[in-house]
Amino acid sequence: MSYDWQPLLLTFRLALVTMSILLIVGVPLAYWVAHTRTRFKPLIETLISMPLVLPPSVLGFYLLLAFSPQHAFGQWLEQWLQVRLVFSFAGLVIGSVIFSLPFMVQPIQSGFEALPPSLIEASRTLGKSDLHTFFRVLLPNVKRSLLAGAVLSFAHTVGEFGVVLMIGGNIPGVTRVASIAIYDEVEGLNYAAANFYAGVLFATTFAILLLVYLANRRWMRLG
Amino acid sequence: MSPDRNTGAIEFALRKSLHGPDGTLAFEAAAVIEKGGFVTLFGPSGAGKTTLLRMLAGLTPPDAGRIVVDGECWFDAERRIDLPPQRRSIGFVFQDYALFPNLTVRENIAYALGKGRGEWIEELLESTALQGVRDRLPQTLSGGQKQRVALARALARKPKLLLLDEPLSALDLGLRTQLQDQIAQLHRRFGLTTLLVSHDLGEVFKLSQRVLRIEHGAIVQSGTPAELFLQQRLGGRINLRAQVLAIRREDVVFIVSLLLGQDIVEVIATNDDIEAVEVGDFVEIAAKAFSPLIFK
Repeated sequence: MSYDWQPLLLTFRLALVTMSILLIVGVPLAYWVAHTRTRFKPLIETLISMPLVLPPSVLGFYLLLAFSPQHAFGQWLEQWLQVRLVFSFAGLVIGSVIFSLPFMVQPIQSGFEALPPSLIEASRTLGKSDLHTFFRVLLPNVKRSLLAGAVLSFAHTVGEFGVVLMIGGNIPGVTRVASIAIYDEVEGLNYAAANFYAGVLFATTFAILLLVYLANRRWMRLG
Repeated sequence: MSPDRNTGAIEFALRKSLHGPDGTLAFEAAAVIEKGGFVTLFGPSGAGKTTLLRMLAGLTPPDAGRIVVDGECWFDAERRIDLPPQRRSIGFVFQDYALFPNLTVRENIAYALGKGRGEWIEELLESTALQGVRDRLPQTLSGGQKQRVALARALARKPKLLLLDEPLSALDLGLRTQLQDQIAQLHRRFGLTTLLVSHDLGEVFKLSQRVLRIEHGAIVQSGTPAELFLQQRLGGRINLRAQVLAIRREDVVFIVSLLLGQDIVEVIATNDDIEAVEVGDFVEIAAKAFSPLIFK
C-alpha cells in the first residue's frame, strides 16, 4: 500500500515558511516590546498574545471574512495585487504567522528582558552602535530563547487545524495539510492512512523536541 | 577656569533632578579635574555619585549644564550639544562588570578594538594578569578575575577618562586590597584621568589624590583624603556606632552591653545617659584616644 506524502510535505513546508517569516518579524518585534516605554505596551502585548487563548476557528473565521473577495480588503487584494488569500497556500502562511506569533515573540521577549541593561550601556561606552550591539551581544545571548521560539512556532504550525481549515479548506496539494488529512481520512473510515499521517507527525515532533532539549542541556553545561 | 588653558582637564557643571526613594533630589555639581588625576566621589548611597558618573559617560542625560574634556565639548545644554557615549573617549567599569557572556576574556577586551591590535591586547592581558584565562567565558571566572576583565576592557580604547562605579564593592576584603594595588598600578602606568565611586574609606585613602564628598546631590567638600578625613578628627576622639544589646542596673549606675562590629563591650552609663535609650537602639559612643593599642 502506498501512502500520499503530499499533506505531510505541505505541513512541513508551511511550518518552515511560517517559522522563517516569524524569525524575521518576531525578533525585532520582541526587542521592541522588551524595550519600549510607550503606554500602549499592555495593548500591544495583549494583541500579540491573543492567539494563545482565542479559539483557532475565531481567528480563522475573521481571516476568512477579511480575505474573501466579497469584502473590502479581499477585493482590494485581488484588484490591486492580484492575490487571492482564501483557499491558497499564501493565505495559510499569513494565518499561521498570526496564529503562532506569541510562540515566537514571548520567549524571545523574556530573553531580552532578562539581559542586564548594562550590557547595552557597556557596548555603547566601547564605541559600538546599537545595531552592532544587537547582533554581537544581544542576539548571541538570547540564542536559547531564539531556539525555543523557532521550535515552538514550528511545532505549533504543524499542529494547527482550526485556522487552516477555515481559510484553507481541504484542497489536495494546496491547503490539505497533514492535520486536515487525518481528519478527512478518519471521516472516510480510512484508518490506516490516518494512522500513517498521525504516526509521522508524532515521530517528527517528538524528535524535534528531543533534539531541542538535548541542545539546551549541552548549552547549559557550556554555560 | 577656561578649558583651553587647562589642557587635558575635565570640567563639568551639571544639574539634574533625581527621583529616588526619598522623593526628588536636585543634583547640582561643578568641578575641574586635572589631567591624569585620580578623583574619588565619596558619600552615602543615593547622593548622586553614580548619576554624576553616568552623566559624564553620556548614559544619563543631565537637565542642564556642560561637560568639557580636554578642550572638547561633550555636553552643553545651551548649545544643544550632547555627544552619545560612543563618541566620548571613556572607559566605564560597571558595578556588575557587564561582561559580554558570549565572548571569551580575550574577545571581551578585543570587542572595542579593530583588527591588528593583537599586541596591545596582549599587553592588557599581561598587565591585568589574565593570560591564563584568556579563552574562558566570563561566567567561569572568579569575582576578582571578572573585575580585571572589566578594567582591561575599559582601558582597551585608551580613553581620556576612566570611570569606575564601585568596581570592588562585590569582592571580599583581601581581594579588594589586591585589586586596589592593581588599579593604582594601572593608573600610574597609563596615566588616565580616573573617577572612582566608592564608599570604602580605606580605598579612598589608598587610591585617590582628591576626594569630592557628595551629599544630598551636591559636592559638600573637596580636597585630599587627608584634608577631608584626618583633620576633623585631630581632637583625638574616637567615635563609634554601636547597638544596645542589654541594659542592667548595678547600684547607682547602669551597665550597657553594646555590639561594636562583631564584639560585645560593656560600658558604664548614668541614669541621664540612658534615659532615652532602649535595647535595640543604635547609639554613638565617643572616647578619648589617649593611648590606644594598635594591632594588625
